[in-house]
Amino acid sequence: MEEQSPVAVSKDDFALVAEAKAGNYAAFEELVNRYENKIYRLGVNITGNSEDAEDVLQEAFLKAFKHLPEFREDSRFYTWLVRIAVNEGLMKLRKRKSDRLVPIADEVNEEGDVVPREFADWKPNPEELYAQAEIENILRDAAQTLPPAYRTVFLLRDVEGLSTAETADVLNLTEGTVKARLFRARLMLREELSKVFKRG
Amino acid sequence: MMNCKDCVHQVSDYLDGELDADLKHSLEEHLIFCHHCRVVVDSTRKTIDLYCDGKIFQLPDSVRDRLHSALRRKLEDGPR
Repeated sequence: MEEQSPVAVSKDDFALVAEAKAGNYAAFEELVNRYENKIYRLGVNITGNSEDAEDVLQEAFLKAFKHLPEFREDSRFYTWLVRIAVNEGLMKLRKRKSDRLVPIADEVNEEGDVVPREFADWKPNPEELYAQAEIENILRDAAQTLPPAYRTVFLLRDVEGLSTAETADVLNLTEGTVKARLFRARLMLREELSKVFKRG
Repeated sequence: MMNCKDCVHQVSDYLDGELDADLKHSLEEHLIFCHHCRVVVDSTRKTIDLYCDGKIFQLPDSVRDRLHSALRRKLEDGPR
């Protein structure tokens, strides 16, 4: 392997992408260091398990590395990477579905009201009442109750911090659909978590 | 005054700070008097906060090591 030039941590993504495209692997590695945690978390939340999340993580970065010369930089590097990771995650779900006799729920009903049913106050600071592993299981299980079409919108907007426009772009949806699905996903997740975190 | 159904419909935009001033005022006035809707707003906000917690689903060191090894192997395999 060639000696790589050091990379300043403060460089922005555009500069790192330019250096990585020019063959500086250290620059690409800095991009990996910057986003590996987020992409792993996205993988866990989409697929619902750590083994598939590791596959999503590896495939996303390997494909990003392979296809970096084709990245046109008309979006943020992170948004481009998220698009790759979401596709990998959804492919995992499709593969899992085709392996099952009973289909998983992935159809969405955009019509009708989402009616809250849980109105009890939550315990204060539920994250402090459970061990880390318990909280992770609760959140993972709740996310898995959502149809993937809602889950991915929630994850990109609320967890990964993409804008409505970026989320729409990554998922090939209109901004109106993103907003409608986000609304439903938030209320559905709230309903699930209320069953666990409500007082009494 | 806003009713519960309208309030629930606006929860998402309210939490995103995307309601215009009049609608925001109506919703907040409704929340003063409606405990159920206050619970829905507070617990929806908390739902988002829980998933955003940076301590959740942290990348294990062993997974990080395997990722970097895989990338280095790819690099050593030759030109892309």
